[in-house]
Amino acid sequence: MASSSSYTSPCAACKFLRRKCMPGCIFAPYFPPEEPQKFANVHKIFGASNVTKLLNELLPHQREDAVSSLAYEAEARVRDPVYGCVGAITFLQRQVERLQKELDSANSDLIRYACNDIQSSLPAPPGVNLVHPTVPTRQRHEGEIFYQTPSSFQFPYSPLPWNESPSGGGGNI
Amino acid sequence: MMKGGHEPRSSGSCAACKFLKRRCSPTCLFAPYFRSDEPKKFAKVHKVFGASNVSKILAEVAEEHRHDTVNSLVYEAEARLSDPVYGCIGAIAILQRKMVELQQDLDVARTRLALCAAGVSPLSLSSRMISFW
Repeated sequence: MASSSSYTSPCAACKFLRRKCMPGCIFAPYFPPEEPQKFANVHKIFGASNVTKLLNELLPHQREDAVSSLAYEAEARVRDPVYGCVGAITFLQRQVERLQKELDSANSDLIRYACNDIQSSLPAPPGVNLVHPTVPTRQRHEGEIFYQTPSSFQFPYSPLPWNESPSGGGGNI
Repeated sequence: MMKGGHEPRSSGSCAACKFLKRRCSPTCLFAPYFRSDEPKKFAKVHKVFGASNVSKILAEVAEEHRHDTVNSLVYEAEARLSDPVYGCIGAIAILQRKMVELQQDLDVARTRLALCAAGVSPLSLSSRMISFW
């Protein structure tokens, strides 16, 4: 009689930890045996015990995203032990600041064009000096960016603990 | 009457050694970066990374980079504790979206400027005209 039991390869975590991969192993759904480096990185940076505790605190449907983000952070830290993925955050923040400044500048130029346009289209009453019109702010409409309110981007994370740009860069996102 | 030869008990343990309830040696790797008046800093890093892993990471980097290393580890730990699912990857996602949005806005503004420079009245510009150009 043929055996109906099927052999399941141990997950990457249990292979790494050299233990039996039991049914219900918390790592098995997220660390397949074909991706050994993923668990190796996560283990190196966070440790198996911390990852187990973290996953146990989450709902099952949240665990895949949590493991993906942990794996990303761990890989970033292995590549850049000094800054890890915080290097990417710093890089992106500077890009956002630069783009916002450029946009503010472009919008200021557009306002100047508009003001000149309004002025030149109005006939000047005799004996009265024209005053620059106050251009009211408008809501941004899709595809119709005339001008924006000044930088109002609220970044909902703690400020980074340094002012200078870290050398880690972050362009590998 | 003073006792002779009695060495005073060290009260200079760093936050890490206080947390780990061990003697803080003069060569303690954590001491320069986890002062005793900042206990929460080490607690966060320990919870997310573990003391042993932090010690290995610090030992791998050159001494002049260790302050920045600890700062980035603390930042990551805080992000992970406030968002256990995404950690600071959430921050990266927000920033990437913001960058794309700003770049699109900038492209539109620059197109409008080019039209204005070519003599098109800015007051007559519409989204349709931008799409055409």
